[in-house]
Amino acid sequence: MKVGIVSWGAYIPKYRIRTEEVARIWGDDPLRIVDVYLVDEKSVEGIDEDAVTIAVEAARRAIRRAGIDPKKIGAVYAGTESKPYAVKPISSILVDALGLSNNVFAVDMEFACKAGSEGLVAAIGLVKAGQVEYGMTVGTDTSQGEPGEHLEYSASSGGVALIVGRDGVAAELEAVYSYVSDTPDFWRREGSPYPMHGEGFTGEPAYFRHIIGAAKGLMEKYGYKPSDFAYVVFHQPNGRFPVRAASMLNIPMEKIKPGIVVTHIGNTYNASALMGFAKVLDVAKPGDKILLVPFGSGAGSNAFVFTVTDVVQERQKTGVPTVEDMLRDKIYVDYAQYLKMRKMIKLFD
Amino acid sequence: MKHESVPIYWRNIPQYYRLVAKRCKKCGAVHFPPVVRCRCGSKELEDLELPKEGKLVEFTVLHQVGTDFLKQKPLVVGLVELSNGVRVVGQIVDAQVEKLAPGAKVEVVFRRVVADGKHGLVMYGYKFRPVGL
Repeated sequence: MKVGIVSWGAYIPKYRIRTEEVARIWGDDPLRIVDVYLVDEKSVEGIDEDAVTIAVEAARRAIRRAGIDPKKIGAVYAGTESKPYAVKPISSILVDALGLSNNVFAVDMEFACKAGSEGLVAAIGLVKAGQVEYGMTVGTDTSQGEPGEHLEYSASSGGVALIVGRDGVAAELEAVYSYVSDTPDFWRREGSPYPMHGEGFTGEPAYFRHIIGAAKGLMEKYGYKPSDFAYVVFHQPNGRFPVRAASMLNIPMEKIKPGIVVTHIGNTYNASALMGFAKVLDVAKPGDKILLVPFGSGAGSNAFVFTVTDVVQERQKTGVPTVEDMLRDKIYVDYAQYLKMRKMIKLFD
Repeated sequence: MKHESVPIYWRNIPQYYRLVAKRCKKCGAVHFPPVVRCRCGSKELEDLELPKEGKLVEFTVLHQVGTDFLKQKPLVVGLVELSNGVRVVGQIVDAQVEKLAPGAKVEVVFRRVVADGKHGLVMYGYKFRPVGL
């Protein structure tokens, strides 16, 4: 019996800041910055939003699209690196906000931008084992970047929820392959407000080694070739990395382009690759194969292959906002509003 | 800053998170916020989760706000008629006020409401957001 994605739900906060506005504040040449990162603007959470609220919105949309009783979801995982609490789970808030039963496996996961996709692996495992009927994973972040530092040009906010099950599968899981090593490319110490990164070290030994390692490993182990895939979605820390990874794997641009969202919303960290995946699911046709490869610093990647089923057409007609809808629905803010919304102005308690 | 107690917040989670109202089993009246006795006198009440979409009946823009919301001015507060006819007052977020008007379609969203300082509890709850504006 098929196991795979029953439904998906994405949420992008409505606010955007243009790259040129950030560059104006910090004295950078906006044209050069856009050229380096291929990020025109990024999403910004509202003042009353955080990784919890974003996760709830994405998860509600996934449940609405699936049309299932939320009490049938037996596992819920939240992958994030923007927890409002150091100790107190997002996943338990999801249980009550979504109206799940209390008999549910729930935990928050941390592996930089990969945690949400690791939740997907765990949920699939529980469904395959027959332990739960449906499992859910949510990748959610209000990602951090030190003001004036280059990460600030991409660190953004968003969330994607995926419901996994056997009944009503819209994208069947065919294969998954992991590639993990201790690679110190990006980290945030306990109590540090912003992450640090190893500059150029984030590319070759981190992003490319693990993305390519997972994708090649999967293709070699299971006998896939690039021409098998209708769509390929990689983690998107900027607009250049996924395009280069595709080129290294001889994957043509037209297969990667439909899943690129970073240019319009920046890097939503745990929702980055999953947002591209959601965007592809919004338009995919039965029979399409999708290669999905998220990446998390520290470092690791999971490569997944899904085959889209006939059910996808039903899921696409539910009236749930598409990623494309949300990319268009925006309000621009200036840098001062951005600092206020991101709670980066120091106030008395 | 003194906020609502943790036990009160915890007890109200179904109401705050999912708009869980009380419906009278005797006369069918729906109460939100929930009550323990219906206006008909009956104490036989059951939970009813309210719909998550509705339309704006009226709204106002507040420039004088309570201490918890001083840093979020101006605050838009509206009366919303949900799709089953129940009316609920709540904050309207992500709104461009100049585009807002009675009759506007709104949906329920889940947001931070108050945070008890830097170290205390973050309290979440429902708010409303315009759809298609």
